[in-house]
Amino acid sequence: MSAFILLTVMTALRILSRNRLRAGLTMLGIVIGVGAVIAMVSIGQGARAAVQAQVASMGTNVIIIMPGSTTVSGVRGGQGGAVTLTVGDAAELKKRSPLLSDTGWAKRDVMQIVNGNRNWNGPVNGISPSYLTIRDWSFTSGGPFTHTDLESAARVALIGQTTLENLFDFGEDAIGATIRIKNVPFQVVGVLAPKGQSAQGSDQDDVIFIPFTTAERKVFGSQFLGSVGALFASTEQSADLPEAVEQIREVLRARHRLQGEQADDFTIRTQVDIGKVQESTSQTLTVMLFAIASVSLLVGGIGIMNILLVSVTERTREIGVRMAVGAKRLHILMQFLIEAVTLSLVGGVIGVAVGIVGARLTTVIAGWPTIISFDAIATAFVFSLAVGLFFGLYPANKAARLNPIEALRYE
Amino acid sequence: MASLIVCEDLWKIYRVGDVEVQALRGINLTIDRGEFVAVMGTSGSGKSTLMNILGCLDQPTRGRYELDGMDVGAAKPDLLADLRNRQIGFVFQSFNLIPRTSALENAQLPLFYRGLSIKEQRKQAAAALQRVGLAGREQHYPTQLSGGQQQRVAIARALVGAPSILFADEPTGNLDTASSREIMSILEQLNREDGITIILVTHESDIAAYASRELVMKDGQIVQDVRRAPHLTGVL
Repeated sequence: MSAFILLTVMTALRILSRNRLRAGLTMLGIVIGVGAVIAMVSIGQGARAAVQAQVASMGTNVIIIMPGSTTVSGVRGGQGGAVTLTVGDAAELKKRSPLLSDTGWAKRDVMQIVNGNRNWNGPVNGISPSYLTIRDWSFTSGGPFTHTDLESAARVALIGQTTLENLFDFGEDAIGATIRIKNVPFQVVGVLAPKGQSAQGSDQDDVIFIPFTTAERKVFGSQFLGSVGALFASTEQSADLPEAVEQIREVLRARHRLQGEQADDFTIRTQVDIGKVQESTSQTLTVMLFAIASVSLLVGGIGIMNILLVSVTERTREIGVRMAVGAKRLHILMQFLIEAVTLSLVGGVIGVAVGIVGARLTTVIAGWPTIISFDAIATAFVFSLAVGLFFGLYPANKAARLNPIEALRYE
Repeated sequence: MASLIVCEDLWKIYRVGDVEVQALRGINLTIDRGEFVAVMGTSGSGKSTLMNILGCLDQPTRGRYELDGMDVGAAKPDLLADLRNRQIGFVFQSFNLIPRTSALENAQLPLFYRGLSIKEQRKQAAAALQRVGLAGREQHYPTQLSGGQQQRVAIARALVGAPSILFADEPTGNLDTASSREIMSILEQLNREDGITIILVTHESDIAAYASRELVMKDGQIVQDVRRAPHLTGVL
């Protein structure tokens, strides 16, 4: 039997190589289907990995509390009265909610920053030192500012990579340099390690951090001292996040004196929520991929079935001869099935190659990250095998059921 | 010696639309091992139908057919395939070689379905080709061979599995006189030296003259059955 299969595979390959154009056109459907799936899964996985990295770059088990209402994509709704959250809320949360390992706060505004003869407009964030630990910021040089700096409203600043590149020469040491924000001189004490794009697509490295107190008193000129742009908190375990959210809601509602039916004057989002949005996006992508893959594999399979039916008709006499010399129905069935599977598998292999090249080209040309997924390659193989078997079965069965006498007489 | 083929009251009835065609009408026939039988008759006399049934390609509607002591009248398709593979060799008028496949691989075909190792298949097929005088042409494709050579490949394919019967259906019908003579002398040799039973269908009496027994068919029946000394014996 093994000699039979080996020789049949060899015969199938020979028959296919004899009709290269025909075989090529027949396989095209499978090639395109498999190629598209491999390329798109690679792009999808690349995108997903990038998104996961972005979500992870927010920090670990982070809870963000924003004043007013926000839409799902993160754009703030009721902007006017958004002074509902305060430093006092943060302190209260830390005291009253045992699940929270830390709380922090921040307020931001876009301002002009000047270093010597260079200037740059970027977001300036007044923050509590705890914000840095909650968001997992690390440093390439220097270090964070301290509580003492916060209490004394020290004029110290931490700058992100993008800000560094725009305000300083390449390789220049920024630590100890004096930059001016709204004409107030600040000493750079730390350069932040890069985080890249956020889950919303903004550059997280285009940033300057200064102590919150310094920001509201000397730079922003806030009307309501202590009002913050957002509160941040974190938990030890990601499993604690839902309960922590409830605790925060209770504490804040009590502090803001919100009665029964009254809506929250703040919005709480967790890293998990943000991850979920991305997840559902990639799920939509996966469903679409499967739709494309099924359609092209279906078309490819019909192509294979069509060409095999032609082949069975063309080779009717050959089938008759094979039966006359002792081929059983199973032998004939196997021969045509093996030809079908060979077609679909060779198509699958070429498709995988096309997909990988396509994914690489996408990275090179469009600059999108791609990850070649071995799962996708394995799945593509299994599917092309299945397509070959499924669509080969009908023609192969037709061949196997030929009457040897009629087949021999066929002109 | 036990008879190789025994037919008793063999009938074959086709139905074409509403018309019933009686292709064979009660054939009684016994053929012994080692015989060289020529079957003659006009077209439509039923000789092809008889060949197909004797060759296990078809089955009788009624009657009994024993091949080598085995009743094959109602055998299953796979058993018939097995019998064709081991007991029977076919030589056709139109050669019926598999196109674009070498002489050696064509000759290998019965062994391929017998499940022999590739090495053994090649060895035996090469020996069979040598037997029909085609040594050195193993890798030729059918289109690179003359008609007579193609028919010799077909004979090699028929005898490679060491069958007990060889059916030759108008084997010289597409060949010139010289090639016909070559083919017939190979068949004669196989009959005489290897003791292979040969059943030859022809409508040419000079081809039938190679046989030691002549059957004449008409309207689905055997109307004449003559045994004689083949004419070539002693002539050459």
